[in-house]
Amino acid sequence: MDKLIISPAPHIHGGDSIEKNMRGVIIAMMPALLVGFYFFGMGALIVTLVSVGSCVLFEYLIQRFLLKIKPTITDGSAIVTGVLLAMNLPSNIPVWMVMLGALFAIGVAKMSFGGLGNNPFNPALAGRVFLLISFPVAMTSWPEPAPLTTAYLDAQTGATALSSLKGGEVDIPRIMNLLIGKMGGSLGEVSAIAILLGLLYLLAKKIISWHIPVSILVTVALFTSILHLSNPEEFASPLLHLLGGGLLLGAVFMATDYATSPMNPRGMVVFGVGIGIITVVIREFGAYPEGVSFAILIMNAFTPLINNYIKPKRFG
Amino acid sequence: MKTFRIGGIHPKENKFSAGQRIKTVALPDRVVIPLAHYSGMPSRAVVKKGDFVKVGQLIGQADGYVSANVHSSVSGRVSKVDVQLDASGYKRPAVFIDVEGDEWLESIDLTTDIKRECHFTKEEILTKIQSAGIVGLGGATFPAHVKLAPPPGKKAEVLIINGVECEPFLTCDHQLMLEKGEEIMVGITILMKVLAVEKAVIGIENNKQDAVEYLRKIAKSYPGIRVVPLKVRYPQGGEKQLIDAILRRQVPSGKIPIEVGTVVMNVATTFAVYEAVQKGKPLMERVMTISGKEVQNPGNYLVRLGVYLSEVVNQAGGVPERTGKIIGGGPMMGRSLMNLDVPMAKGSAGIVFVPDRDSVRGQDRNCIRCAKCVTVCPMGLEPFLLMNQSEREMWDEMEQNRIMDCIECGSCSYTCPSNRPLLDYIRYGKTTVGFRIRSRKAAKV
Repeated sequence: MDKLIISPAPHIHGGDSIEKNMRGVIIAMMPALLVGFYFFGMGALIVTLVSVGSCVLFEYLIQRFLLKIKPTITDGSAIVTGVLLAMNLPSNIPVWMVMLGALFAIGVAKMSFGGLGNNPFNPALAGRVFLLISFPVAMTSWPEPAPLTTAYLDAQTGATALSSLKGGEVDIPRIMNLLIGKMGGSLGEVSAIAILLGLLYLLAKKIISWHIPVSILVTVALFTSILHLSNPEEFASPLLHLLGGGLLLGAVFMATDYATSPMNPRGMVVFGVGIGIITVVIREFGAYPEGVSFAILIMNAFTPLINNYIKPKRFG
Repeated sequence: MKTFRIGGIHPKENKFSAGQRIKTVALPDRVVIPLAHYSGMPSRAVVKKGDFVKVGQLIGQADGYVSANVHSSVSGRVSKVDVQLDASGYKRPAVFIDVEGDEWLESIDLTTDIKRECHFTKEEILTKIQSAGIVGLGGATFPAHVKLAPPPGKKAEVLIINGVECEPFLTCDHQLMLEKGEEIMVGITILMKVLAVEKAVIGIENNKQDAVEYLRKIAKSYPGIRVVPLKVRYPQGGEKQLIDAILRRQVPSGKIPIEVGTVVMNVATTFAVYEAVQKGKPLMERVMTISGKEVQNPGNYLVRLGVYLSEVVNQAGGVPERTGKIIGGGPMMGRSLMNLDVPMAKGSAGIVFVPDRDSVRGQDRNCIRCAKCVTVCPMGLEPFLLMNQSEREMWDEMEQNRIMDCIECGSCSYTCPSNRPLLDYIRYGKTTVGFRIRSRKAAKV
C-alpha cells in the first residue's frame, strides 16, 4: 500500500466496451450473412471477405500513414462496416468495385470526419450509395438464389422481389420465400427471419433499443397499408414492402448505427418515422425501386437537428 | 416489483459483509471529532484545551440554519481544538480528545430495553432531535430537524424510510434493520408524530429479503407502517428515485420532496432519532461497513465519531495486500481516501478496499454516441452533451440542459463503453453553473 490512487467517483465500471458492442453486432449479423452464403454461394463469400478485408486495411493505412495516429482497427468497427457493406451488395459484383466502395465508406464517410463516433453518415450505406450511383447496372442486377453455388461473376441474374412483384399478387409460397430468403437481392437482405433473429439478439444484449427498428417498420406498414387499400393495382401490399427489399436490413442494422442516429428514445422514434415515410415515398413515387438507403442517409443528416430539439423525458 | 421509472443500472452487488453481526470497535487512546459536516456550516467549539468531557457532552454548537450539534463520543480531556484532514480531503476544524475511561452523561439511558411509548409533544421531539445533532446518515448529512420542519403551507402526507442501501458492498443499514428493527419502528412512529402523518413506508431492495420479512413481521404491531420490497436498481437510494419508486410521484426540478407531500429519512437516521428521543443519547456513534473483494473479514462495525479510520481498520483485520484504492463510502459515490488517518464522521457509512488491478480507470476513447449514458441517467439528462459542453465551458447551455438536476450518481461513467469521464466533467460544470446561479441571485437582491 505504498501508493494509493485518488480519483473521483464512480470507482467501478460496468465493463462495457466498444469491442463488446461491435462483437455483439457481428454476432447478430451472422444469421443473415450465413443465409446469404447459402443462397448466393461463392460470390457472397468473396464479396464479404473482400469488403471486410478492405475496410480494415483502409482504416489501418489511413490512420497509420495519413493521420499518423495509433490504428484502432482492433475495436471492431471497421469489421462491422465491412460486413454491413457486403450485406448491401449483390453477390456478383466485381472485387474492385467492392474495394472502391470500402474505400469510400472508410476513407470518406468515416475517417475524414474524425473516425468512429464522429461520422454524420452511416459509412456502409454511404459506400453502397456511392457504388449505386457510380455503377447502377452492376448494383441492380441481382443474382437468382442458387443454393451453395460456385458461380460468382457469372451468376444468373433476375429481379428483386420488390421490383418484380410491384403491384402483383401476394400468395403464401412467395411470402415463405421472402421469410427464408429465397429471392434475388443484396446478399444480406434476403432473409427476413435471419434478420429478425439478429434483432432479437441485439435487443436481448441491450446493444440497441427497440425504438428505431419498430418505428420504421410500423410507419412503413401503416403508410403502405393506406396506399394499398386506396389502390391495390398501383401500390404493392404492405407485406411485400416489409419483407421484400432491404427494409429489414436497414431498419435493424443500418438505421440503428450509434453514431448516426439520435441519442434518446423520443428522437429515435422521430428518426424512425422519418425513415419509414421517406422509404415509402421513394419506393412508390420515386425512380428507384428501393429507397431504404437514401431514407436512412437523409435522416442521418437530420440527426443533429433531432438531438438539438428533442430531449429525453426529464425526471420531474 | 416496484422501482423508479427513469434510467438506472445494476452494478454487481458484492455485499460480502451481509449478515455479519455488528461488532463494537474498542476505544482508542485519542479521538479527533470533526466539527464540520459534509453540508452546511461547521459547528462552533464550546470546549477548550484541558476541559474534561463525558460521553455525550456537547462539544460543538450548531452555527447557522443548516448546521448540527456535535457531541463527544468518549470521556477524556480535550488536548486541543485544531484543524484536521478529514475524509473530504480538506483540513477542517475538529476537537482532539485524549481518552480517559468511558464515563457517560448521567442523562443517557444505557439499558437495551426497548422503550415504545413516547409522550413528548411534537415540539419537544424536534428540540431533542436538533440538540442531539442528528443528520442524515445516508450520505448527505443534512440536519434532520430542518427536514422535519417543512416550510409553512407545506404538509407531508406520508413518511418514506430509506432502507434501500443501493451502493455495492455496503451492508450497515441492512444489518441495522436486522438487529435494531424494533428501535427503528419506534423511531418511525416518533417521526410520524413530528410530521403528523398517518402513513409510513419503508423501502427495501429485495436483495435484503430477510430484512423485508423481519420488518414486515414486526410492523404488524405498528399501525400505519408498511414495508415495500423494491427491485434492485441503482440509484434507488437517491431520495427522488425512492419517492418515484414508492409513490409514483416525481419531485419537480429544483424542488424538495415535501413538494410532493413526503419526507424521506434513512433507517440509520431513524434509529438515531429513537436513541435521541427515547434514550437521551446524542448522535456520537454509527454503524459502518468494512469490505472489499480481498478483505479477509468483511463486516459491520459500531464506531464512535472521531476514531481514526486506521484504528477501525486495524481492529477489522488491517489493510489487504495489494490495495490500490481506499474508498470512503460506497464505490459509486464514495470518495477515494489519501490515507486512513482521517477521523470517523457522521456520514462515514463504509470503507471499501479496491485491489490495485481494479483501481485504475480504463483508457478513455472517442464517444461512439451509443446513447447508453442517456438511457441510464435517472434524471433524464444527456450526460454526453453535458460533458461536451463542460469541456467547452458552455455554462448557459448546460444550465438549459438541466445540469443542476444531476444527482452525481455516476451511472453514466459506469456505463460508458468508451470509459469517458462523464461525471468528472459534469461535476465541474455543475459546480461552476451553481456558482453562477448563486451570484446571479445575489446580484438581484
